[in-house]
Amino acid sequence: MFSRAYRAAVTLPPVLWVLLFLLVPYALLLCYSFWSVSPSQTIIHSWTLENYRELFRVNVYLQTLFRSMWIAARVMIFSLLLGYPLAYYLSFYAGARKDLLYQLVIIPLWVSYLVRAYAWKTILGSDGVLNTLLQYVHLTKHPLEFLLYSPFAVVLTLTHIYTPFAVLPIYAALEHIPRNLVEASQDLGASPLQTFWRVIFPLSIPGVLAGATFAFVLSLGDFLAPLLLGGPSGIMISNIVVSLFGAAYNWPLGAAISLCMLLLVVSLLFFSEQLEKKWSFR
Amino acid sequence: MATTTEPALDRSHKPGVPPLLAIRKVAKSFGKNPVLRDVSLQIAEGEFLTILGESGSGKTTLLRIIAGFEDATSGEVLMEGERLDLSPPYRRRVNTVFQHYALFPHLTVEENVGYGLRVAKLPKDEIAGRVAEALAMVKMAAFAKSKPAKISGGQQQRIALARALVNRPRLLLLDEPLSALDANLRRQMQVELKSLQREVGISFVFVTHDQEEAMVMSDRIALLRMGELEQVASPREIYSHPATAYTAQFIGHTNLLRGEIKSGVARCNLLSWRVGLPEGHALFSLRPENIRIVNPAEGSDANVVTFRGKIQHQAFHGATELLQVVCADGLALSVRAATRENRLGDLQLEFSPADAVPVRESPERG
Amino acid sequence: MSASGNTSRWLPWHAIAVFGFLYLPIVTLIVYSFNGSGVGGFPPRNLTLDWYRMLFADDAIWESVLNSLIVALAAMAISLTFGIPAALALDRANFPGKALFRRLVLLPLILPGIITGLSLSMLFHDSHVKLSLLTIVLGHGTALISVATTEVFAGLQKLDRAQEEASLDLGANYWQTFWRITIPNLRLSIIGAALLIFTLSMDEIAVSFFLIGRDNTLPLEIWGRLRRGITPEINAISTIIFVFSLIAIVSWYRLRMGSEGTQETGAALVETAS
Repeated sequence: MFSRAYRAAVTLPPVLWVLLFLLVPYALLLCYSFWSVSPSQTIIHSWTLENYRELFRVNVYLQTLFRSMWIAARVMIFSLLLGYPLAYYLSFYAGARKDLLYQLVIIPLWVSYLVRAYAWKTILGSDGVLNTLLQYVHLTKHPLEFLLYSPFAVVLTLTHIYTPFAVLPIYAALEHIPRNLVEASQDLGASPLQTFWRVIFPLSIPGVLAGATFAFVLSLGDFLAPLLLGGPSGIMISNIVVSLFGAAYNWPLGAAISLCMLLLVVSLLFFSEQLEKKWSFR
Repeated sequence: MATTTEPALDRSHKPGVPPLLAIRKVAKSFGKNPVLRDVSLQIAEGEFLTILGESGSGKTTLLRIIAGFEDATSGEVLMEGERLDLSPPYRRRVNTVFQHYALFPHLTVEENVGYGLRVAKLPKDEIAGRVAEALAMVKMAAFAKSKPAKISGGQQQRIALARALVNRPRLLLLDEPLSALDANLRRQMQVELKSLQREVGISFVFVTHDQEEAMVMSDRIALLRMGELEQVASPREIYSHPATAYTAQFIGHTNLLRGEIKSGVARCNLLSWRVGLPEGHALFSLRPENIRIVNPAEGSDANVVTFRGKIQHQAFHGATELLQVVCADGLALSVRAATRENRLGDLQLEFSPADAVPVRESPERG
Repeated sequence: MSASGNTSRWLPWHAIAVFGFLYLPIVTLIVYSFNGSGVGGFPPRNLTLDWYRMLFADDAIWESVLNSLIVALAAMAISLTFGIPAALALDRANFPGKALFRRLVLLPLILPGIITGLSLSMLFHDSHVKLSLLTIVLGHGTALISVATTEVFAGLQKLDRAQEEASLDLGANYWQTFWRITIPNLRLSIIGAALLIFTLSMDEIAVSFFLIGRDNTLPLEIWGRLRRGITPEINAISTIIFVFSLIAIVSWYRLRMGSEGTQETGAALVETAS
C-alpha cells in the first residue's frame, strides 16, 4: 500500500540522524578506547590495547566495577522485595482505587531524579532530618554517621528511585493473568497461597525479569547518587568514567571503561530477553 | 408456585436421605442490584440438570455461588445435608468447567489435568494413572505433552473437562462450555457430553442460554428469568406443558392466545372451545406444529377448533416450513407444516383444544 | 473474588509502607522549604516564605530555567521530527539493518546516560564544534527520539489502515494523506510524547553533563550549587519542580488513559522510562 517513495521518505531522515548522532559517536567511543593520551594532554591516535590492559591490571577499576555490581544487585533485590507485593496489592486487591494508586506509583518516577537524591541527602545527613529526629525523641545521642556518604546511602537512594521501575512491569504482567485461572486453581483445590506459587507467580516472571533488569542496569550506570551521597567508599564505576573525562583527563581510558559497561549492559539485556521469552506463555 | 423443584427422576434418592445438592432460598444482590431472588432447587445423584436463561437471568451467578466464587446474600446451599456455602471453593467437592476453559498456559496438558491431584498431594503413580485415564476418556491422550496454546478450542474444552473430572467431584459445574464452538462441533460435543455424563455417573449442572441445547442434553431443565425460577421440569414436560407465557415462548416457538373464559367456554377472537377452567382472563400456548392444515372437503372431528386463514409469509426450515397465517379478525398465528411446493394462499386450519395449554402471565420483575 | 488467608492482611500495610517510603523525601523537601531554620533539624519550625523570596530574586536560577525551557522545546522538536517518521518506518517499511536501527534507537534509554553524553561530546570535540546550548539540544533530541518513536508506534497500532486507504482512494496523495489523516489520528500519541519528552529534558543531567558550554540548564545549575553547599533555596526550587512534574505527568496519564487502558500506559511508561 505504501509507495517506495513514501517508505524512503519516512526511513531516510531518522536513519541518517541516528547514524550521525548515535552510531558514529558509539563508533568513536570504540576507537578512542584503543587510543591513548600523551603527557601533554593530547590524544595519540595510534592503536593500542594498553587501556584494556590497565583496566585489569590496576585494582581500583575492577574493584569499583564489582562494588558497583554489588550495589546494583542489592538495589535490584530490594526493589523487587518492595515492589512485588505492592504490584500484587494493586492488581488483586485495590479494586476501585487501582487507578489512583497506579498514578501514585508513577508520579515519583517522573519527579526530578536530582530533587529526590538531594532530598535523601538532607534527610540522612548528620544535621539532617532523620538524625535530629532520632535525637529529639532520645533514641540516639549522637548522629549516626553511616547514614550518609556510604554505600548504604547509595543503595537506599537508588532503591527509592528504582522501586517504581520494578513495580510497573510486574503490575503489567499480573494484570495480564486472566482471573479465571485463579478461580480454576481454587476450584481444583489449591488454597490462595498454593495458587500464588503454582499459577500467579510463574506467570508473572517476565514482569519480574523486566523490573529486575531495569533496576540492576540503571543502578549500575548511575553516577549522581554516588556523587551526592556515596562518599569515598561509595564511588561507582560511572564516577570514575566521569572523572576520566574531567579532571583526570584520560579520554581513551574512560572510553575503554564505557565500552566495557556498554557491552555488559547489552549482554545483560540480551540474557534477560532470552529468559523472558522462555517464561512467557503466549 | 406450581413448579416442581423436587427431582422427577431420582434413581438413588431414598426417602429420609438428603439430596446431593439443595439450594434453599438463595438470593444475591450486587450492591442495590438484585440478580437472584429466592431460588430453591434440589439436584439428585447422577442427574443432568441444565440451568437455562437469557443473559442477565442470574444463571452464571447461581453457578458461581455453588462453586464458591460468590457468596449468597441470603439463603443456604447444602451438599448431602451439610452446609456447602461455608467452605471456600478449594474445599468443596465440586469442580467447574469454565466458559473460556481457563487452562494454565505455563503447564502442559498433562500437568493441567493433574493439577488438582498434585495439590491434594496424591502419590505420583496414582496421579499418572488417573491422568491417563481422564485423557483417554476425552480422547486426548495423544496431546498429553502439548501446551494449551498449541491446541484448538474444541480440544481445550475436552482438557478442561478432563481436568475437572479427574478429581472425581460429587458435582460437576459447566459454565456455557460449548458457546465458543462452531455449530457442528457444538452438536457433536453435546452428544459426547451427555454420554460422558451417563458413563461417569456424576451429576452435571450445565448452564446455557441455548434452549435447544438444554432440551437435547438435560434430564431436567431449570428455567431462570430475572433471578427467579420460572419452571423446573424435564424437557418433554416443559415443552408440552409450559407453566408460563415466558416459558412457552423461550422454549420452542409458540402462539400465545389471549382470551376470556365464560361459562366454561374459552373465547379468543373468533376462536372458541370448551374448557374446564374458572371465569376470567386467560392465556393459552398453542405450538405451531399443533395447528393442522385440513382439506375443506373432508369432515372434521367434533372436538376440534376450525378456522380459516391467509398465508402472509412462508419461512423454509428444511423438512418443515413455518407459515405466518392471518385470520379474518386479524389474529396472526404461526403454523408449522411439512414443506410443500405449491401452497394455496387461503387455508382451512384446525387444532385440538387439548393442545391449547393454559399458561400464567410472566410479570415484569422490578 | 473473595480473598482469604492471613497473607492478605499484611499486604495493605506493606503497600502503605512502600508509598510512605516513596513519598517521604518529597514531603520532607516540601515541608522544609518553608522551614525558617534551614535544611536540617527536627522539628521544623519558623514557617516562612523567605526561601521562596530568595529564589525569586535569584537571577542565575531563572536564567537557567529559561535555558532549560529553550532546550526542552528544541529537543521536543527534534525528537518528534525524527521520531514520528522512525515509528512509521518501523511500522511500514522493511530495510536492511532495520533490527539494528530499532535497537540503536532504544539504546539511549537503558544505557547509562553518561555513555551517550560522552560519546556525543567526543563527536563534537573531534568535529571542532564548541559546546553550548545547541550541543545540549542535539544530545537531548537524540536521546529522546525513542520516546517519540515508542509512543507513536503504539498509536499506529490503533490506527485503522482503512482510513488511509480510503483517503488514497478518494484522490489524496501520500503527502496529503499524511497530514490530513495520519497525523490527526496520532494526535494523542504525539501530545503524550511531547509532554514526556519535555519533562525528561527539563530534568536531564547525565547527557547534559558532557555537553554543557557556558550556559547552564536548571538541573546543572542546581547541581553546581549542591557542590558548593546546601541552601534552603534549593528546597524551594525543588518543590516548584515537583509541582510542575506532578502536573505534567498526571496530564500525560489522563491523556493516555483516555484512549487506552492501564496496561498499555504502563507498558509504554516502562519502555520510555529512563
